[in-house]
Amino acid sequence: MTNNLRFKTSKFIDETYRVSFKFNNKTYFGFKGDTLASALLANGIHLVGRSFKYHRPRGIMTSGSEEPNAIIQLHDNSSRTEPNVRATEVEIYEGLVASSQNCWPSVNFDIGGINNLLSPILPAGFYYKTFMWPASFWEKYEYFIRKSAGLGKSPKVADPDIYEHKYIHCDVLVIGAGISGIMAAKMAAKNGFKTLLVDEKSYLGGSSIYDNSEFSKINNQLVSSWLEKEINEISKLENLEINTRTSVAAFHGYNFLLARENLTDHLPINQRENKVRQRLLKIRAKKVITATGSIERPLIFDNNDRPGIMLSSAIKKYIDLYGVACGENNILFTNNDTAYETAMSLIQRGIKINAIIDNREQIDSKISYEVEKNNIKIYKGYTVVDTYGYRRINKISIMKLSKDSQTVIGDKTKLNCDCLGISGGWTPAVHLFTQSGGKLKFREKDQVFIPNVYPSDQISIGSCNGDFGLEEIIKNTLSSIKKFLDIDNSEYKTVETISGLNQSKRNIWLLPSDKSIGKTKSFVDYQNDATAKDIKLALREGFRSIEHVKRYTTTGMGTDQGKLGNMHALGIISETAGTKMGEHGTTTFRPPYTPLTFGTIVGRNVGEFFDIFRRTPMHDWHVANNAEFENVGQWKRAWYYPKDNENMHQAVQRESKAARDSAGILDASTLGKIDIQGTDASEFLNRVYTNAWSKLAVGKCRYGLMLNEDGMVYDDGVTTRLGENHYIMTTTTGGAANVLGKLEDYLQTEWPELDVYLSSVTDHYATISVCGPNSKKIVSKVIPDLDFSDENFPHMSFKNAEIDNIKCRVMRISFTGEHSYEINIQANFGKSVWEKCMEAGKDFNITPYGTETMHLLRAEKGFIIVGQDTDATLTPIDLQMEWIVSKKKYDFIGKRSLYRSDTIREDRKQLVGLLTENPEEVLEEGAQIVADIKKSPIEMLGHVTSSYYSPNLKKSIALGVVKGGKNMLGQKLIIPMENKNINVTVADPVFFDKEGERLNAKL
Amino acid sequence: MFLINCPFCGEREQSEFKAGGEAHIVRPKQPTELSDDEWAEYLFMRKNIKGIQFERWNHVHGCRKWFNMVRDTSNDQIKAVYKMGEKPPVK
Repeated sequence: MTNNLRFKTSKFIDETYRVSFKFNNKTYFGFKGDTLASALLANGIHLVGRSFKYHRPRGIMTSGSEEPNAIIQLHDNSSRTEPNVRATEVEIYEGLVASSQNCWPSVNFDIGGINNLLSPILPAGFYYKTFMWPASFWEKYEYFIRKSAGLGKSPKVADPDIYEHKYIHCDVLVIGAGISGIMAAKMAAKNGFKTLLVDEKSYLGGSSIYDNSEFSKINNQLVSSWLEKEINEISKLENLEINTRTSVAAFHGYNFLLARENLTDHLPINQRENKVRQRLLKIRAKKVITATGSIERPLIFDNNDRPGIMLSSAIKKYIDLYGVACGENNILFTNNDTAYETAMSLIQRGIKINAIIDNREQIDSKISYEVEKNNIKIYKGYTVVDTYGYRRINKISIMKLSKDSQTVIGDKTKLNCDCLGISGGWTPAVHLFTQSGGKLKFREKDQVFIPNVYPSDQISIGSCNGDFGLEEIIKNTLSSIKKFLDIDNSEYKTVETISGLNQSKRNIWLLPSDKSIGKTKSFVDYQNDATAKDIKLALREGFRSIEHVKRYTTTGMGTDQGKLGNMHALGIISETAGTKMGEHGTTTFRPPYTPLTFGTIVGRNVGEFFDIFRRTPMHDWHVANNAEFENVGQWKRAWYYPKDNENMHQAVQRESKAARDSAGILDASTLGKIDIQGTDASEFLNRVYTNAWSKLAVGKCRYGLMLNEDGMVYDDGVTTRLGENHYIMTTTTGGAANVLGKLEDYLQTEWPELDVYLSSVTDHYATISVCGPNSKKIVSKVIPDLDFSDENFPHMSFKNAEIDNIKCRVMRISFTGEHSYEINIQANFGKSVWEKCMEAGKDFNITPYGTETMHLLRAEKGFIIVGQDTDATLTPIDLQMEWIVSKKKYDFIGKRSLYRSDTIREDRKQLVGLLTENPEEVLEEGAQIVADIKKSPIEMLGHVTSSYYSPNLKKSIALGVVKGGKNMLGQKLIIPMENKNINVTVADPVFFDKEGERLNAKL
Repeated sequence: MFLINCPFCGEREQSEFKAGGEAHIVRPKQPTELSDDEWAEYLFMRKNIKGIQFERWNHVHGCRKWFNMVRDTSNDQIKAVYKMGEKPPVK
């Protein structure tokens, strides 16, 4: 450990608070206020990871969220383990454990490094080109490729942390608390706007907060001092809420933004218990001010990726904010004045600068003269052509640039260094602006994309708007905010600035080399190992669109989304293709700006809160009686009730037998119930159902089939006429909400003249269905006052009744083919009436049955289940249900579609029954149905939709849809399975009690 | 995510609404008298415009009322909302 890298003078570092942490199993120390990156650098560690494709050693490059290389695995081997975390963003805490990714056995010696030697045969699109043939080998290739691909490891157990969501509404949202963000927030809040200021860092002030340079001043004060006073002032403003450690992830239309607020990641693990880890803020702002700053550009030259090569602004930040020197022998390489600010910071601390390499021939700024005065050699008009050192840079070679920047000339000079700071100028962070739908324009002068057309009430200010000089930033921020917020009294009457920097730049996207491009590795995307050579290859191979080049070379597709190198990729493309930079546009910036953990996205919606679930009034009884449950829509429905270690098959066989032999009871409360009232109710039903309703007498029930306008079956159910202008419609469980929506749609938009009102009453009633030969005896005991004689109460009719003075509706309807009654009663009495039925049925072996038995019983009768036997491609004719389609009615929803050329085809898939040759063989639902297995390819005729073993028929039965099936009665077909072919015969879909004698039997 | 000004309830989040496709397509009064082609035109053919589009929306988690909206699909700007049966206030 080298101690001379730490300067104990930074006020952002608490030297009295030493923090120990582990990196790659070794213990190190840092201070409170450090990031993992600054603490590692203070310990002399640059090498932290290996690159994705070539496994090249990589170090810390930046000091913020744009970091492409220093991505680590946080929390080894714990449920909290998190891959691809940027070391530059992790605030250290006592006990932090982190390790390098994508290397084995260690980051210092990585077997995968062999890829680097193989790199001449690993060009762009290597995997696409190589593993294309033979296609059948893909599975074998994939096994090896998957092993070598990927960066970190995802956790294998559930996330133990708590996350939550919070909605925020504000007048003004300011994103970024740099100099312009702070000014904007103050102006907004002081003028009565409810303002929210967010910044991804733990501190306010951005890069200006540690700007102690004598060359930039505001009102004759150091920028940092001036800004500190401003921050002090705004922190007292009532109208202003400030959220630090809050990163805006997405900027959607209509000023809707998502931000992640980090609450506990900086705390020692033992202080995080029972606290919310991260909060997803859902912000709706009337006005948005984007002040996200800019990201320094790297320079693209051969071997520009070695550990120790860093952005010059990062070197400055590590010195001025964290008090850490990144190297002891520094060289700076630049095309603009930024690096001279870094040089001044190095000089102030007495850190050695071996040389400055500047692309520019002429450098004319106060700060550069000052640097020169300190006897630092500046190579003007030079470029770096190569770097040396495997695990850490130790040397560079430089050459003179030709006038046209196309080649290098003269002799090669080698210079020693252990840290190389690079600066290619600045790229405005326009990511959020473009996410919101904003359009950019290209500014030729300094080759940057800046905001042009705003899609909502928003504005970009500061360097994300392309203002780089201090004077420009302040002047333009003041005037833009005044105009944007329509305010007169600016809080800033006089702001005088001076700056020793000049904005000149010699922009060369790809720096020339003395080697041919094919022999260079000039990285454009560090994380994905995409080089300038790869981009040129893509262009040679015919790719032109920036989006295609991106995907082919994977430039900008890493976890950093190419925050550093995307501009260079664009520049190299336009230079190579001879087009203008602005014409290509940029690739699309998509949310999130930095990766979000799944926990933050789902918030509290985990475990039982993952989805809403609905319970019937009898739910607790089912639970107490050992029911297994099935999800139907959002409902938890009793599936079957296993007794004495029965499996599902055994339970269902017992339940089905009991329902037909004596009595069964089913909780049918989940069926959708829609109350229909109005003088046109009958006419309305006529229009929405396929059959006729006008003549249905009060007190009678009728089954109805509902189609879509395209003629396909949509829903079915029994509707009862309760009064002259009053019906109650039942729908399928899953279809209830959609049916109501569809009916409302027709009523409101097509037939507003109809006097009809719809109300959903699904939750208001509990529905208990008692079926079987003893059902009448049981319900008579429960409702002794009601006359259950067949004369008074025939099949398909309804009666009002009372149970213990509570009104109820009793329908005699059947979905099982058995004599059965349905009691509908106010929901909160459901459980007690159910228990009454159980008590009354004791002597008749009344057996509760679930949805599985219900499905079996109705399949014996050939009754369809919409959504299981149908899939929105079947008409009633296909289902052999012509009997329910009225020929007399002039119109109903879907009628016209029933005789379109396509719907009258004879060879449509039609519902049939299927009987297996071996009656014990039960088909698999979803299995394909074919006629000829010798033909290649085999023609698929249809599939099995429902299949059961019927205990009442003592054989296997199935329903299925088969092309032209209606005319195939008795024909033999084949169900090909993985290891056998099953022979079946096409049969009538009604297997049991074809005449319906049981429904009308005298009990 | 849009902010939609329901003509009955006022401004609400888009998550309360459901889009219902192209507006001003009237269900034929006498479907049985239409040819297959004419019926198919009503049933299947919908415009997919880049620019000003007339759409149906339902305030499904609110008042449950259907209404119409004029939206510029190129930038998602909502130009107008109006009740069913009313003429569009913009062209």
